[in-house]
Amino acid sequence: MTQLALLRSTLLRRKARTVFTLLSILVAFVLYGYLSAIDLAFSLGVDVSGVDRLIVQNKVSLIQPLPIAYGPRIEQIQGVVSTTHMNWFGGIYQDTKNFFPQFAVQSESFLDMYTEYVVPPEQRTAWAANRTGALVGRKTAERYGFKVGDRIPIQGTFFRKRDGSSTWEFTIDGIYKGDRAGVDETNFIFHYEYLDEASIGGAGLVGWYVVRVDDPERSAAVAKAIDAGFENSPFESRTTTEKAFAQSFANQLGDIGAILRAVMTAVFFTILLVSGNTMAQSVRERTSELGVLKTIGFTDGRILGLVLAESMLLALVGGGAGLALSWLAIKFGGDPTSGFLAVFIFPVRDLVSGFGYVLLLGLAAGAIPSLRARRLTIAEALRRL
Amino acid sequence: MQELANALSRYALVTWTSVSTIPQRLGSSLAAAFGVAGVVTVLVAVLSIAEGFQAALAGTGSNKTAIVMRGGSDTEMSSILSMDDTKIIVDGPGVRRDVNGPIASAELFVVVDIPKKSTGTPANVTLRGVQPAAISIRRDMRIVAGRGFEPGKNEIIVGVGAARQFAGLAVGSRLNWGGAEWAVVGHFDSGGSVWESEAWCDASILQPLFLRGSTFQSVYLSLESADAFDELKDSLTSDPRVDVMVLRESDYFAEQSEILHLLITGLGFLVAGLMAVGAVFGAVNTMYSAVAARTREIATLRAIGFGGGPVLVAILFESSLLALAGGVVGGIGAWAGFNGYQATTLNWASFSQVTFAFRVTPGLVLAGLALALVVGLLGGLWPAIRAVRLPVATALREL
Repeated sequence: MTQLALLRSTLLRRKARTVFTLLSILVAFVLYGYLSAIDLAFSLGVDVSGVDRLIVQNKVSLIQPLPIAYGPRIEQIQGVVSTTHMNWFGGIYQDTKNFFPQFAVQSESFLDMYTEYVVPPEQRTAWAANRTGALVGRKTAERYGFKVGDRIPIQGTFFRKRDGSSTWEFTIDGIYKGDRAGVDETNFIFHYEYLDEASIGGAGLVGWYVVRVDDPERSAAVAKAIDAGFENSPFESRTTTEKAFAQSFANQLGDIGAILRAVMTAVFFTILLVSGNTMAQSVRERTSELGVLKTIGFTDGRILGLVLAESMLLALVGGGAGLALSWLAIKFGGDPTSGFLAVFIFPVRDLVSGFGYVLLLGLAAGAIPSLRARRLTIAEALRRL
Repeated sequence: MQELANALSRYALVTWTSVSTIPQRLGSSLAAAFGVAGVVTVLVAVLSIAEGFQAALAGTGSNKTAIVMRGGSDTEMSSILSMDDTKIIVDGPGVRRDVNGPIASAELFVVVDIPKKSTGTPANVTLRGVQPAAISIRRDMRIVAGRGFEPGKNEIIVGVGAARQFAGLAVGSRLNWGGAEWAVVGHFDSGGSVWESEAWCDASILQPLFLRGSTFQSVYLSLESADAFDELKDSLTSDPRVDVMVLRESDYFAEQSEILHLLITGLGFLVAGLMAVGAVFGAVNTMYSAVAARTREIATLRAIGFGGGPVLVAILFESSLLALAGGVVGGIGAWAGFNGYQATTLNWASFSQVTFAFRVTPGLVLAGLALALVVGLLGGLWPAIRAVRLPVATALREL
């Protein structure tokens, strides 16, 4: 009881300092939360990519197409379970600033491949039956107020219709959600058949294939076999794991993500250093008081515990509140760029390591002063009076 | 007059006392200044990315060059123009001419994968098929190593930015695309603009290789004057034979930087804003302990007749001074560390890599210093008010 009372009076000794130390720790951990979310956003789904999926693209670049006839040929390769194909549509909804990715896909095989896209069964059936139907991610649906049954016109940029118009009409048949945090919920997916039948030119070409393999360990061998099959043809392929594909994309964003990360990490540790220093300073100021406590019979161990408890308490309250606040802000406030980052969440993994940093801060800030306080001899402490 | 001088000297005296005791509180003062330096560095560094990217794109376009694409296309990549279209386009009014006819280049825009030097993973690099007038249409473009490509040959020239960031683009190297071997024969410079991130070759070589038949994607036109643009635009957009959009080159590229600019400034202000809040708390702590340490002294000053005003000003001055010192350090640090830093990123609008240099402009540094000043004033305000409000008798008793 005395221990708690002492702790209380220590913290209330300079109320303003306690409050501001708490607040700066809080800010550091809010920043940490955003750092984690930005980091994840710039990794472009490397973490959530399927380990058993490969991407087959044109060897020249992703922009160049592949023939639709490649699908059945890929499926015959040993180790391949299933395939699906995708085309980038790149259309504009009302204004170029309203960006969300649109893909033309083969609906059944796409949803079988991307099991992380959860669609209510009746919506899935409705979509399969509607040639001009589309499936849209929860985030994009919320952003533009799309509802099931809405008719959405999208201006084609690459693709024009045979009748000369560039306006493509879609009906929203379903809204998908990710089965876990981190799945991209911004995509707009529609039938390849609609695109292929209605557009001028480019018939029978797809953007890239997604391939499921039976054994992720053998991915490299399967990828090699796929590419070997199309060597020296007008459409040579390059096959990589989905993870490597996402990683090379993240690398393309390149320096920007890395620099933001470096800067924010530096900032986080700077704030920790400054608040740690303030906490240590507050103990130094009380050297003589600690001497008095020792005089009246407090053991070295109790003194150590007292000083350490103080810094731990500050770190836990400030850091805990900071983590909670950033979690709430990220969950409900969304990303600060109003929708350019497809995935903006505070991953649980980083939340856990955040608590690790909180404990570390408490320990580190309290360690030296508390050890010094423990070693302090009464005579020495009282001499400073 | 005498009174005013007295008042001023009182303010100066108290402020000088306050500032001259900073060395006694060096540790916590440095911590506060350090915090502000961090804020300013971050703000300036992050915004210099956006500034640099924008400068690279904005510096690309000339308002005396027009770019023509198919109507409804938002970028060159999604555009397609037939040979007949391009013939009508280059004959439009206001296009500058020389002995060979209109100064124009019909171009193809494709993306090829080239490994990035820093990561070894493939990156999207623009391969542009151009016609002979292309170089003279671009501002400030010149070959700085090797030579230009010969028409009809599988030869490419590469921008200095691309050569710096991507592997295997030295003059004399050979590359393989679509079953054909290409030789890199030269490097070009264009004053830091987007072209430097690209590789160029003869359009007529690219057409069959990328199965484009006789089509092109854009036409670049040199205009007789900047004012000739409207006439050309009106004429081409009302021509029933073609369906095109006509843009000033400068507008086209400036618009491409918008998304990334919004992204970076959004993140930059978020991070710097949060940090500024943290720095205010740090400054409050520092000034609060500064005031606490000098409670006696301040009370004595007030007991012998100095008013609250000089004390308030002195404390605000001290905190602003610390913050500004931090701001200057941060600004210099950001400039030294980031100005001119060569980077590359994906330009979403063209789905290809753009190399650019970070730009720490005087405007950014001033914005950083302004933020530092705000942090300093806010950080000093509360401790200052507290120092003035504390009853003299209570303060003296704290001895």
